[in-house]
Amino acid sequence: MTQEIKQEYRVLGTRPIRHDGADKVTGKAIYTADVKPQSMASGFILRNPHAHARIKSIDTSAAEAMEGVLSVMTAADLPDVTDKVADLGEGTVNLSYLSHNILARDKALYRGHAVAAVAAINVHIAEEAANAIKVEYEPLESVTWVMDAMKDDAPLLHDDVFTKSGGEQSEQPSNVSVHLNFQQGDVQKGFEEADVVVEREFKMATVHQGYIEPHAVLADWNQDGRIKVWASTQGAFTCRQQTAEVLQVPLSHVTVVPCEIGGGFGGKIAIYLEPVAAVLSRKAGRPVQIVMRRNDVFEATGPTPGAFIRVKLGATKDGKLTAGEAWLAYESGAYPGGMLGPGCMCVFSCYDIPNALVDGYEVCLNKPHIKAYRAPGATQAAFACESVIDELANELGISILELQQKNAAKEGTRRVDGPVYPRVGFVECLEAAASSDHWNTPLEGENRGRGLASGFWFGCGLKSSVVASVNSDGTVNLTEGSTDIGGTRTSIAMQMAEVLGLESDDINPRVVDTDNIGYTDVTGGSRTTFATGMAAYEAGRDLQRQMTVRAADLWECKPEDIQITAGVFSANGNQANFKELATELFKAGEPLVGRATVAPECSTNGFGTHIVDVEVDTDTGKVTILRYTVIQDAGKAVHPSYVEGQLQGGAVQGIGWALNEEYFFDGCGEMRNASFLDYRMPTAYDLPMIDTIIVEAANPDHPYGVRGVGETPIVPPPAAIANAIHSAIGVRMEELPMSPPRLWKAIQQNQNGG
Amino acid sequence: MTLVFIPTQLRQLTNGVEQLELDVRNVRQVIEQLETRFPGIKERLCEGDELSPSIQVCVGQTLSSRGMITKVAADSEVHFLPAIGGG
Amino acid sequence: MGTKQLVSTTINGEPRQFICEARQSLLEVLRDEVGLTGCKEGCNNGNCGACSVLLDGQPVNSCLVFGLEVDGKEITTIEGIAQGGEFHALQQCFLEGAALQCGICTPGFIVTAKALLDENPGASEEEIRFQLAGNLCRCTGYDKIIRAVMKAGEQMAETAAS
Repeated sequence: MTQEIKQEYRVLGTRPIRHDGADKVTGKAIYTADVKPQSMASGFILRNPHAHARIKSIDTSAAEAMEGVLSVMTAADLPDVTDKVADLGEGTVNLSYLSHNILARDKALYRGHAVAAVAAINVHIAEEAANAIKVEYEPLESVTWVMDAMKDDAPLLHDDVFTKSGGEQSEQPSNVSVHLNFQQGDVQKGFEEADVVVEREFKMATVHQGYIEPHAVLADWNQDGRIKVWASTQGAFTCRQQTAEVLQVPLSHVTVVPCEIGGGFGGKIAIYLEPVAAVLSRKAGRPVQIVMRRNDVFEATGPTPGAFIRVKLGATKDGKLTAGEAWLAYESGAYPGGMLGPGCMCVFSCYDIPNALVDGYEVCLNKPHIKAYRAPGATQAAFACESVIDELANELGISILELQQKNAAKEGTRRVDGPVYPRVGFVECLEAAASSDHWNTPLEGENRGRGLASGFWFGCGLKSSVVASVNSDGTVNLTEGSTDIGGTRTSIAMQMAEVLGLESDDINPRVVDTDNIGYTDVTGGSRTTFATGMAAYEAGRDLQRQMTVRAADLWECKPEDIQITAGVFSANGNQANFKELATELFKAGEPLVGRATVAPECSTNGFGTHIVDVEVDTDTGKVTILRYTVIQDAGKAVHPSYVEGQLQGGAVQGIGWALNEEYFFDGCGEMRNASFLDYRMPTAYDLPMIDTIIVEAANPDHPYGVRGVGETPIVPPPAAIANAIHSAIGVRMEELPMSPPRLWKAIQQNQNGG
Repeated sequence: MTLVFIPTQLRQLTNGVEQLELDVRNVRQVIEQLETRFPGIKERLCEGDELSPSIQVCVGQTLSSRGMITKVAADSEVHFLPAIGGG
Repeated sequence: MGTKQLVSTTINGEPRQFICEARQSLLEVLRDEVGLTGCKEGCNNGNCGACSVLLDGQPVNSCLVFGLEVDGKEITTIEGIAQGGEFHALQQCFLEGAALQCGICTPGFIVTAKALLDENPGASEEEIRFQLAGNLCRCTGYDKIIRAVMKAGEQMAETAAS
């Protein structure tokens, strides 16, 4: 791979207006629910109201008889899918669990679990008809806290799930589906060498990604067996694969059109609605649209795991970490398959700790099947580790920044799970924090405090394909398959523009459906600007190779004689930029079409450090964010505004996670706050401006040094805020969210010497 | 020679051996040679003839999705890690 | 199916008529009957602002207004913000300031901010944050949205003064 890393770029680092911007500010952009063919029917899903129940019978006759109803379905209309595991690129999925999650079979495992669906001439009739379906439930005992679900006498969700540990499995079924263990060095010896040891336990509530657009789908099952699906999805190809597998139809019979998507954050990779809408469509002979209700989004999609974590760290009096131990229990919701792995791998990932032990458990319980929320599993782990790091620093009498600098992971540091880091930018992030205006501005005032915390996320590569068709005026149509959730059409186009010597506006990026581009993995995993951008760069190179051969004819020289500098071709006294040469070549000979496929198999290793100032109202427990700075290594910021946007957005999600957001369950295991009113996400009025400092420690695995940035920003905030609260009022919070009732109680206990 | 790291949870099978040097070209050869030395280890890492879907191979700094045919260079490290996704 | 009634209204400056059932919200009517899909359903119970439109100049959550209620009233949606082929200052500032990521909340923000700035183009950051607290955004953290609204306000105030 050619390295093109330089100090100055023509296009990278500028801030052009995004190509899809005009459509998005005028209401023209088409999101899934906006696609409304004339013949469309509307679907509605009936959901189980109990936290855990056996389904004894389903009687759909009243729904079928209702005027205006076009089709009705239950799980009986879905084929049996074996326990096959499909590779979705970004994690695997067990297809049997997926299918059972889409429509419950003999057991409903969480409140909101879908049991039947109706399509009708309008959504109101569909809802009425769905509510007329008679389902006989036998409610079962339920469990909604991870530590309770691990107990021997906990209600068992599956009698065919066993604890897998090191490739072996337990003899008895269990709610614990996975046990992981990582060891490096000798922790006992390490703690003996420590002068100071801190150990704490932490609890974290279940939290949702909170995307503003609910899941939506339009499915049209044609009489020839071809199925077209319009979906709000982070990945059209993984959507297609899952849909085809669950329906047991050939992959080539399914086309997925990724519409514009109103947020995903990891929650729109697994499918929920597509097979249901497709079957309803087949039975009705019409396209069927289903849009999830907001409470169903909370109760029946994929929040991210609540957890219990214990962390112990030891250091010498000089501030060198000698040992680290972590015990983690992560929820996986109703089915196995969760975020324990990355949680275990990330918990100590920021530090060089010679002796470490990480022990982790993944646990089924009566909540929706959990999914990724930005850096999945890492935020929870960082809350625990960075809180203990802060306490350790306090005991050692040094700042947390100093402690982190003394132990920062760098090139050559070995992580507890084994791999060694290549060139990474954590040290640079800490230096940027140390010299930042925020860190060096004294904070004054009562009940005010400053906190700092750091975080890491892998960032992946995976597969992308692009095609670049050159127009007769030398502009380029860039066809790609990466859903644009945050401006990536433009960051991808900019990388092509850079290599070709064009402007961003000369590239016309289009996101197309699964029939029109080669396989492309999801927009997620911090991979899109990195990998699809790399593909755009390579497609640009492909065009240059083709044009070089053609120019050699034009200029009567050998292709090897042609130099390309900043996109300008020259040889033999001739010179032409891309547009000049392209328009010349268009006149005679084949059209110019470039292509590239990539599958970079590296992590982009994004580190970040956050600084936050808070003020605590000790009468109410309310925390006000006074100032917030996000520092992160982007490798190379292609479009700085959108990099800043990722940093700011992720940080604010983390602030919500820290201060208010949680799934509140009552004694019956039912979620009581499944609305935006009571699931309290940050509003504009809750926040100050979010400052950002972009560090650029070039990634050796990308031509322009790009690292993925999207996920890391959600990792540090809860810990940074916990550390700030401690600095402000001397109270160490060990539970998320640190909402007013919890903080107030902790303040009272602290004041009473408890 | 390639340095192969034994996952913590499999070190009982290797009598505590944490890492060993092997002369191999790809992951399939790594697993075959491990199985020769430590019988039973293959079925802990694989399902049938493929790597278990819950495991990802890291060669050097490269997280591979190619499973058994992943090439392994001399002077590189091989780690078996939990498969991770992102969001 | 319920009986439908005729409603006469002005939408984006043009007289429009539609028929709807009593149970249909303005959001549903605008999107399904009139064909203006710019306002979005985020929650359908008035908590996210993605469905914001102006009703007689005031921002409302159209999911909390019935279609029948707007008879004789004026509605402005995102489709009516640009005038004569030119972006409104808010739209231009949102684009230049990268004040959107997924864009689903953008129509609601622009419509609500327009009502605010029409009345008070010199609104302070705090006033803007307060008035926009009913519009949720999950992608941006609000920073660039607020900056874009402030910049648009400055431009509108300058235009008014000149």
